[in-house]
Amino acid sequence: MFRLEEVLQLPPFGMDAVVKRELYLRALADLTRHHGERCAEYGKILALLGYRPGSERGIEDFPFIPVRLFKEFNLLSIDQADIVKTMTSSGTTGQAVSRIFLDRETATNQTKVLVKIVSSLTGSKRLPFLVVDCPSVVKDRSLFSARGAGILGFSMLGRDPTYLLTEDLEIDYVALEAFLSRHAGEKVLLFGFTFMVWEHLCGALERAGHRLAIDGVLIHGGGWKKLASLAIDSVRFRKTVHETTGVSTVINYYGMVEQTGSIFVECEEGQLHASIFSDILIRDPRSFLPLGPGNIGLVQLLSLLPTSYPGHSILTEDLGELLGIDDCPCGRKGARFRIHGRVKDAELRGCSDVQGAAKGSDGT
Amino acid sequence: MTNKEKYDNVFMECLGLGAAQLSEALVYNSVKAWDSVGHMAMMAALEREFDIMLETDDIIDFSSYPKGMQLLAKYEVQF
Repeated sequence: MFRLEEVLQLPPFGMDAVVKRELYLRALADLTRHHGERCAEYGKILALLGYRPGSERGIEDFPFIPVRLFKEFNLLSIDQADIVKTMTSSGTTGQAVSRIFLDRETATNQTKVLVKIVSSLTGSKRLPFLVVDCPSVVKDRSLFSARGAGILGFSMLGRDPTYLLTEDLEIDYVALEAFLSRHAGEKVLLFGFTFMVWEHLCGALERAGHRLAIDGVLIHGGGWKKLASLAIDSVRFRKTVHETTGVSTVINYYGMVEQTGSIFVECEEGQLHASIFSDILIRDPRSFLPLGPGNIGLVQLLSLLPTSYPGHSILTEDLGELLGIDDCPCGRKGARFRIHGRVKDAELRGCSDVQGAAKGSDGT
Repeated sequence: MTNKEKYDNVFMECLGLGAAQLSEALVYNSVKAWDSVGHMAMMAALEREFDIMLETDDIIDFSSYPKGMQLLAKYEVQF
């Protein structure tokens, strides 16, 4: 059986496509069998799909399941007693949410991989950590929303975590100034969901006519689609962040609660990259056949991490486009891609977007 | 106070435990308070108590009560 330990110490963006293909053929075969044996519903799906183990010639031949299934069913490959954490996608009242069940192993691996990927960009030193959110998002400790889980995951990379927003999502200038004076002259790590950063940090500073001079790195993700609908691209986002906060390094990430940990990150060239811990395929929305670079289609995500739930190969409701493999000017190996938003008829799904539409709700 | 007493105090205060519960069997997620939130609070408390700065990898590897003592040896905290 494939074990994540085999690859955990490798550089996250250093594996070329030939080696990665061999690794994924073996790992996906093991993960598919593992979940087929342990998760009855997933086993039924494999049977329905007529999946024949060993027939795969490429990673595109492995079965994939729509993310929506995690909303409709409790899919888990462990005993109930071994669940240590249940994560949910966001959602306002009445909206279906994904429920992702973690045991100790998967939860730990998620944290380890997140740290490997992000520290390869930000360095291994723990920086003072400024969270662009309000403290209440991490209040319910047993049931984490995507936002809460993101904040907690990234908090391992920082120290002295400080929340920048009040419960009313206003900038807490008292907390901010105390934080900045505690860490005068130090580089700072900021983390927040894209829309929170845009609206409640940059927007609030602009409206108030304030400018900050923070020396730091901002990591942001989720809720990009809301900004895309406002026609705000990555370049404008970076520029606005720099002008309002002083932060000069801005790293976008793409990921979803169904595959927490193995996130995709944006490089200096503004390209999203797959690390060795995950991969991406683009499929034709009608035929589901894999598409090559330059074509827009449905995003399928592969991750080596999920062992407690069958989430190693999922078809998302996002549209994306492969840009290339192993050929980014930044030097990082792996697939690079762009996200084009969401499929039109997809059920409205929140993540941090929801905050924009339902400000002051339960904060998920 | 010895380092062991300081270490035990951090565990008891952060996780709300009694001295009798501090044992080899005390591992991450084995008690309700030792979840990811409790973990980070405890790491911060240990850093304050021993005036050290833990590396990210050690925060992740800090998986049990005995393991933590091993890891702190790297920071010249002897038990």
